[in-house]
Amino acid sequence: MVVRALKDEGVQYIYGYPGGSLLHVYDALFQQEDVQHILVRHEQAATHMADAYARATGKAGVALVTSGPGATNAVTGIATAFMDSIPMVVITGQVMSHLIGEDAFQETDMLGISRPVVKHNFSVQRPEDIPAIVRKAFHIAESGRPGPVVIDLPKDMTTPTERYPYEYPKQVKMRSYTPITRGHTGQIKKATDLLLNAKRPVIYSGGGVIMGDASEQLTELARLLNFPVTNTLMGLGGYPGTDRQFIGMLGMHGSYEANMAMHHADLILAVGARFDDRVTNATDKFCPTAKIVHIDIDPASISKTVQADIPIVGPAKVVLDEMAQLVKNSKKQPDADALKAWWQQIDEWRQRHGGRYRTDDSELMKPQQVIEMLSLVTNGDAFVTSDVGQHQMFAAQYYKFNKPNRWINSGGLGTMGFGLPAAMGVKMNFPDADVACVTGEGSIQMNIQELSTCKQYDLPVKILCLNNQSLGMVRQWQDMNYESRHSQSYMQSLPDFVKLVESYGHVGMKVDKYSDLEGAMREAFALKDRLVFMDIAVDPFEHVYPMQVPRGSMRDMWLTKTERT
Amino acid sequence: MRHIISVLMENEPGALSRVVGLFSQRNYNIESLTVAPTEDATLSRLTVTTIGNDRVVEQITKQLNKLIDVVKVVDLSEGDHIEREVMMIKLKASGQMRAEIKRTCDIFRGQIIDVTPTTYTVQLVGASDKLDAFISALGSASIMEVVRSGVCGIARGEKVLSL
Ligand SMILES: Cc1cc2nc3c(=O)[nH]c(=O)nc-3n(C[C@H](O)[C@H](O)[C@H](O)COP(=O)(O)OP(=O)(O)OC[C@H]3O[C@@H](n4cnc5c(N)ncnc54)[C@H](O)[C@@H]3O)c2cc1C
Ligand SMILES: Cc1ncc(C[n+]2csc(CCOP(=O)(O)OP(=O)(O)O)c2C)c(N)n1
Ligand SMILES: [Mg+2]
Repeated sequence: MVVRALKDEGVQYIYGYPGGSLLHVYDALFQQEDVQHILVRHEQAATHMADAYARATGKAGVALVTSGPGATNAVTGIATAFMDSIPMVVITGQVMSHLIGEDAFQETDMLGISRPVVKHNFSVQRPEDIPAIVRKAFHIAESGRPGPVVIDLPKDMTTPTERYPYEYPKQVKMRSYTPITRGHTGQIKKATDLLLNAKRPVIYSGGGVIMGDASEQLTELARLLNFPVTNTLMGLGGYPGTDRQFIGMLGMHGSYEANMAMHHADLILAVGARFDDRVTNATDKFCPTAKIVHIDIDPASISKTVQADIPIVGPAKVVLDEMAQLVKNSKKQPDADALKAWWQQIDEWRQRHGGRYRTDDSELMKPQQVIEMLSLVTNGDAFVTSDVGQHQMFAAQYYKFNKPNRWINSGGLGTMGFGLPAAMGVKMNFPDADVACVTGEGSIQMNIQELSTCKQYDLPVKILCLNNQSLGMVRQWQDMNYESRHSQSYMQSLPDFVKLVESYGHVGMKVDKYSDLEGAMREAFALKDRLVFMDIAVDPFEHVYPMQVPRGSMRDMWLTKTERT
Repeated sequence: MRHIISVLMENEPGALSRVVGLFSQRNYNIESLTVAPTEDATLSRLTVTTIGNDRVVEQITKQLNKLIDVVKVVDLSEGDHIEREVMMIKLKASGQMRAEIKRTCDIFRGQIIDVTPTTYTVQLVGASDKLDAFISALGSASIMEVVRSGVCGIARGEKVLSL
């Protein structure tokens, strides 16, 4: 019943790892060909693969893990998806229902453990409910503000010798769950008036534009209005990264011009973004002169940390479209003179500090150079997944994403170990696309066992390990706040990554000099059907800048190790 | 400020734990909580009293609404409403204390629902502050045990919380 329901849901791949409580399900999987199971090496990777599939396609990914340790290993992946509002269905095996509560072998209360990190969870109590529960799970995961859904499945719900009526429901109706499908017209009108009167506007868009498939609408509106656009870490690609109106990422490691523009704005149009503390810095100093229009599908995201002047609850795609129509049909035009002056100011900021880092004479590469090279070699058109740390920030700052759903990283939870399984999940579903995983020597070791899965399923992703021989992001904070006491932030006894990946049957490359970088990278991407691991030595002392000064406003930033605003 | 939030939710296993979990997870405080099925056995009505500023309470109602099992949420304190709580209180009652307790009890329209030679058990229904007032009015009488039901509330007039 489970496998059949997944097939009826149109699921092609599921990522998982077997165990006692799931043996009936695995036996059913064995006897069909519609739903293909991908065997990972650790359950966390299964959830990240499913999650990345969702981030790249907008559809819910599926993971299947056994009870007890299988389920607990999946928790990090579930929480990762939850924090970034990613649709995912995770089926966890459970002990026989009559044993629940008795501390049975491999029993854990997965409903309880997962509750704070899921959009919803189900426990199957009657086998005949399975089709309806599976349908509901997908519906809940994918609609409204997306999120992960867990289905806890006691072993006796899947007994193969028992037969039950099966009907896969076409529609779901739940009286307690009705996602919003459009915004309030009056509010949208009011907001549009504000937009047309703005003198120093900024559009601040986030992950909701990516997952809500609204980047086309966002781009259209922004161009109609000639407004500057900044994206959150999760929103990159929502507006073309090489466009003149794009002013970079905002927030803690946002661009100088984006943070300055936000601080001085008189109007902020926030779309599918949640005013995260990594974006706002101190909320009491946040954008003192701005009126805030906030479009979000989740009312709880609005006025949670920063009060909105005009809240609009609804899907970004529909609301932005309606706004664009209003702007087109309006007699009033955006204030061209004011915008001209505003753009002059922004361009001045951009000139002053836009995307700057310093190279020195040594041959030691700067991590930023590696990302710029990646952007060049892949024409800004690759799927880029990342782990967590300095390399993640450099990738966000220096890779120019022109399309949505191409930048795949863990923002809300910041899960080291995400990058490689994520790249695998993307490659599996986009076999012809270039998929690069930007990682650090710290993060990659958190799920390095998946190199074996890559071999089994032939997943030729490209891994760019920015090797600074340290937990760079931790070290940066220690440099800045703890007088460079590098407590536990060194990576000692690193493996020889080249030999390691070779032992898994892949290609390894070591790059130490900038002059070798381009050739090596081109060679790596030319090896279409091989996984290539590039171990790239980068400057271990580099910091990520700009960096907002703690408890300051948006414009309070360190720009280099010695200069601040 | 104190708020009384009423929640109509699916009468399903796990629903209550989601509500309680939400409060602890998001660091909201719960003063009291009551829950029981309604006339429609598929629905439960839950009342929670909480203390917080407007922003916090707005977040609480939004977050409650987000729970899949929750059908409707209303902050009763926003309008005219009636709140009631039941208290049973067991008191040492001997000698002249017996008459004294009886008097206080009458003033507050409480009922003595159990009697032994040395104890009284009093039942009192009312808004929470009335129950508090009763306890302080007891003065020197010694309290052996207090059980309170927690608050339940309903809007005045035509307004109802239903499907
Ligand atoms: C080391 C590190 C450093 C970081 N530094 C930064 C930084 O400098 N800058 C930065 O921006 N972030 C940074 N982050 C990420 C940060 O922690 C948050 O994850 C991120 O800012 C949240 O992005 P978001 O606001 O776009 O919200 P998301 O988490 O993407 O949430 C999406 C929002 O959109 C809404 N939504 C969903 N679907 C729709 C729809 N269809 N229509 C409308 N709304 C919808 C949701 O309700 C939600 O409110 C960093 C993370 C790490 C790990
Ligand atoms: C699972 C997990 N543990 C710890 C952290 C805290 N943390 C954030 S960045 C970082 C260092 C990452 O090191 P590396 O992967 O080498 O990247 P670098 O910063 O050096 O580029 C750590 C330990 C985390 N985000 N995730
Ligand atoms: Mg490192």
